[in-house]
This record gives sequence, structure tokens and C-alpha cells, in this order.
Amino acid sequence: MPARDGVVYTETIVHAAPEQYAADAPYQLAIIELDDGVRITGRILERAQIGDRVRFVEERNGVAYYRK
Amino acid sequence: MRSVAVVGIGKTAFGAFADRDLRSLAVEAVENAMRDAKVEAKQVEAFYLGNFAGPSFVGQNHLAPYVGGAVGFEGIPCTRFEDACASSGAAFFHAWQSVAAGIYDVVVAAGVEKMTSQTTPKVAEILAGAGDMASEGRAGATFPALFAMIARRHMHQFGTTREQLASVAVKNHANGAKNPLAHMRKVITIEQALAGKPIAEPLTVYDCSLISDGAAAVVIVPLEHAARYNRRFAKVLAVTQTSDHVALDHKADITLFPAVKAAGEKAYKMAGLTPKQIDLAELHDCFTIAEIVASEDLGFTAKGQGGPFAASGATGINGQIPINTSGGLKSKGHPVGATGVGQLCDIVMQLRGDAGERQVARHNIGLAQNLGGSGATCVVTILEAA
Repeated sequence: MPARDGVVYTETIVHAAPEQYAADAPYQLAIIELDDGVRITGRILERAQIGDRVRFVEERNGVAYYRK
Repeated sequence: MRSVAVVGIGKTAFGAFADRDLRSLAVEAVENAMRDAKVEAKQVEAFYLGNFAGPSFVGQNHLAPYVGGAVGFEGIPCTRFEDACASSGAAFFHAWQSVAAGIYDVVVAAGVEKMTSQTTPKVAEILAGAGDMASEGRAGATFPALFAMIARRHMHQFGTTREQLASVAVKNHANGAKNPLAHMRKVITIEQALAGKPIAEPLTVYDCSLISDGAAAVVIVPLEHAARYNRRFAKVLAVTQTSDHVALDHKADITLFPAVKAAGEKAYKMAGLTPKQIDLAELHDCFTIAEIVASEDLGFTAKGQGGPFAASGATGINGQIPINTSGGLKSKGHPVGATGVGQLCDIVMQLRGDAGERQVARHNIGLAQNLGGSGATCVVTILEAA
């Protein structure tokens, strides 16, 4: 089974969102390095920093959400 | 393969021009370049037009013949090139190939973008299309967000600071304030840059290039014909185009741009030069971190040292390698599809000694680096004064 949890490789808090996500701003976007080495771009529900371990919470509209 | 020369340059001012449409900007730049080269429309054998997102920004497709017809080109091949913000770099690369290969003797390469008729959130959404829309785009990545993530990682690995990022913006605004064609001719301080409105942390509005309208064009011919057109030509010593993954999360190390490194290494080899022999450069500072990373990738400073290098003054007009004497995308403006050819015009102005208050002392060899997306396309050009 593919890994679901991982570590924050990099992140940012987006204040100026594209039009279709304007209602979500500010939101934390991150590249997560999963435990099998694959990297994916997702969102973090509570703030996390580079190197923090994060757990997969759910997938919404094709986007993976994580929490510390 | 024939050597090639730039015999004409033409630019519009970059800025927000509510009364100008895409076609009139492109026509103005092309006519300026043809006038500089003393070439008439009927002599031009092919037209290569860079444009990132005209269909999305202004609802017009088929842009190259749309512009070419208005210039007076009759029956020649007119083609649009799209490689995100490297669109006109790519147009120039392909135009150069056609002259170098001996297919044509007089070719125009240009770029144009008309962005300011859309709202900023809509512009962000259109530009996000240069990323991978099924993955990073769907997660809500804007271009500032992608470069913010590059900045965060560079800061984490190399200790790059917010102040060092801001020093790039301060320097480019100081240069752009002296450029009559720049979009935002405003000197800023480090304090202002640091206190700017957050766009995508750690980047503030002062770390981000401008949303601009504008166009730029060059006329190229075989080197052996160049002096017939314009004694103040520039020789194309090298032009290279490379590519890489579109999605940032597919890259093994986001603190460098492999496409920039590869394009630079190939260009130096083609020109028979080392980075130390470059007198000045126009680097693609879509965000402050992009100039820092490109200065490392192109060998102007060591890996990880781009931040302190920028803050030291080494990249100022009187520094060891003046970078973005035009003001860069930050202050001159970034009409995305026009940027690549615009950089070439700025380099040629310096090589000719025509840069006025911004003129650098040593101006024999200049390098331009044009980036598409978060590093999926790069075009590097090295030009030498006649």
C-alpha cells in the first residue's frame, strides 16, 4: 500500500490566492515527502514547518490534506 | 551553421496601458526594431512571436498572423511560440535556428503580452496554468506560492535571509528608476520591502514581479550581412533552450533549476566563455529568489551563496557582475510573453553603450536568461558587441 504520511519538504502560506480558491485564503500549501520517497503537493490544515512530520487527513476534490 | 547577429531592437514601454490593445503593442515593438535595422516589412522572411496566454488574457488566438498582417508582412510564415514566461525566449531560439541553418536571411522574433485588463486573482489563475494544473494547481499553487516554497527551502538549506531576498528588489528598483521604459520607476528601501503585504510567505509584494502590458522585438540576420543593416549590431555567441519537469514536486532538489544550469553550461561551451567573462546579465527575476538561484546556476557565485552575493552589492551597476540593469522583471515589468526578447533588447542597449544612467563600464559581452514556469523551460543567450 502506498505511503500516506510523510515529512514537510517545503511550505508556504498563500495570502493572494487564485480566483477559484480566494475563499480559502490564507492557506498553507506544502510539498510533502511521503515515507516511500514520493513527493506530492497538498495542503496542511494546521501550521507546520519544514522537517515536521505530518499525517494524512483526507482527500477533497483531488487534493490531499495533512495535519501535524 | 552560420553565425547570426541582432541588427535591430525595438520595445514598447512596459506598464499598465488601458488604452492599448495587444496588437498595437506588438506592432509598435516590431516597427521600432525594423526601423533600427533599416529593414522594411517586405524584406522579412519569417515572423516568430512569443506569447504566453493571449487567448486567456484577451480572448484572441492565431496571434502571429494577427500581428504580422498589421505590420505588413505578406504571405510569410508567422507562428506563435508558447513556453510560459519563456515564450519569446523560445521564439528567439527558433528564429535563430532558422537563420543559422541558412533557411532565411531576415527574420523578426518578438514577444507580447497584454495582462492588465484582467483582475489580479484572474491573472494569478491564468499564470498558474504554467504549472501542473492536475496536481499543484488543484492544490491552490500560484506562481508566487511555488517560488515561495523554493525560497523557504533555500533559506532552510543555505541560511538565505529575508533581507537578502529584499536586497534584490531594492537593487532592481534602483536600476528601474533610471529606465525610461520601466513600469515602476520607484526607488524602494529594505524596510519597505520587508514590510510589504504578504503574497505567499516568505514573499511579500516587493518580492514579486509586476503584471504588465508590453512588447519587444529584434531583427536577426546572418553575421556576414550584419554591417549592411546596422554597424551597431550584436553577435549571437550562443543561444540554448532546455526543459525540465513542469511540476515542482517532481524535482529532486528545488533549490536549483536544472534547466538553467544545463542551458548555461551549453551556452558557455558554445560561446567558448566562462561565467567570469560575462560583463553583465539580465536574469529572470520573476521573484527575488529566482534571481538568487539563477546567479548560482549560471556560475556567477557558488551554490547557496546567491543571497549573500546579492546583498554584497556584487550585482549592482558598479559591481563585479551587474545583474538586471534594466530594473529586471521586478521594476521594469513582466509582460510575460515579451520578457525574453525584452531582455535581449536591454542587453543590446548596454552593448551599444546606449543605457544612459544605467550604463555599465565593461559592456562587451552580455548574457540573458529567460525562465518558464518554475523552471520547466530555460533559454540562455550570450551576445557580444560589434
